[in-house]
Amino acid sequence: MHLAQLNVGHLLAPVEAPELAEFVALLEPINALADVAPGFVWRLKESETDPTATVQHDFGDDLLINMSVWRTRDDLWNYVYRSRHLGVLQRRREWFTKAVEVYSVMWWIPEGHLPTAAEGMARLDLLREKGAGPEAFTFKEFSESPDTSPVTVDG
Amino acid sequence: MKDLDAVAALHDPVRRALYEFVAASGRDVGRNEAAEGVGVSRTLAAFHLDKLAEVGLLETGFARLGELRPGPGAGRPAKVYRRARTSRSVTVPERDYRELASLLAEVVHGLDAADGAIAAAARAGKRLHEPGGWLATLRERGYEPYEQDQVVRLRNCPFQQVADEQPLLVCAMNLALCQGVAGDDATAELDPKPGECCVSFSKNNSH
Repeated sequence: MHLAQLNVGHLLAPVEAPELAEFVALLEPINALADVAPGFVWRLKESETDPTATVQHDFGDDLLINMSVWRTRDDLWNYVYRSRHLGVLQRRREWFTKAVEVYSVMWWIPEGHLPTAAEGMARLDLLREKGAGPEAFTFKEFSESPDTSPVTVDG
Repeated sequence: MKDLDAVAALHDPVRRALYEFVAASGRDVGRNEAAEGVGVSRTLAAFHLDKLAEVGLLETGFARLGELRPGPGAGRPAKVYRRARTSRSVTVPERDYRELASLLAEVVHGLDAADGAIAAAARAGKRLHEPGGWLATLRERGYEPYEQDQVVRLRNCPFQQVADEQPLLVCAMNLALCQGVAGDDATAELDPKPGECCVSFSKNNSH
């Protein structure tokens, strides 16, 4: 199984606005960092040619969607918090409104499956409505992969 | 009392020196290398290294000697030791500041009060600053600094448990603290790597 992660954020201004210029300039190097990070499998891209293109969707204006797939929790953790990505994350208030709801969700997918934005948003809704569980969870309340659950032996 | 047993195991000066040698190396160390590094016989080193592994301060594994030491005997798997990542803390009587720190970090994060916490960390760092003494201060505070390609990196994060829970807050506070400790002697920047502290330093020319 692979680990899928979706996170969303409400931009303080439209992505073309000058206030967002620094953030947009960081998209290419930060995405490039993800692409070469150990354990990275896949991420949702709007364009194969324009690295600054953000994912288009019908979930509301100024909502930025990131979705990616990783081999393990540690691989994702190390990219998010143990790489240059951390510094960008710490500047989030410059570009995003303060999140009042949970804005990030993880779930296990079969290897080779490419999740859609709608699938990710449904997992986020599930997490928001029911709290963390095996179908939708967070770093703090993590659910191990069904692959690694201990095998019970009779007798 | 497992933590206390582990800490008590460090009372012996030879054992302590061996532990510090392995911890400072940041990689797998064989018995010969540790014995030479500390200046004791191989037999004595093996005895103490195994004691340290028994109480959980070191982890053991097997590696081909050839990777550690060229020459005769290379290729035979040898027992190697590395520092265990588990942290030990002992207070007598029992105190649990880690739990309190976790709760406070959660509150600060929830209140969006990171700026205040970072400013407090910066002040604390400045109080700790002694001109020319920043590396010694970092060492004393458990950061385990080491130099690589003219950059000073930190092998250990003294705030690891709380940093794992609130990395955005704790890593920002740690950076501010480190900047204060370094003062004018070095420039601290956020430079996270897996398994290490999130800060690295470049020395300023005048020091």
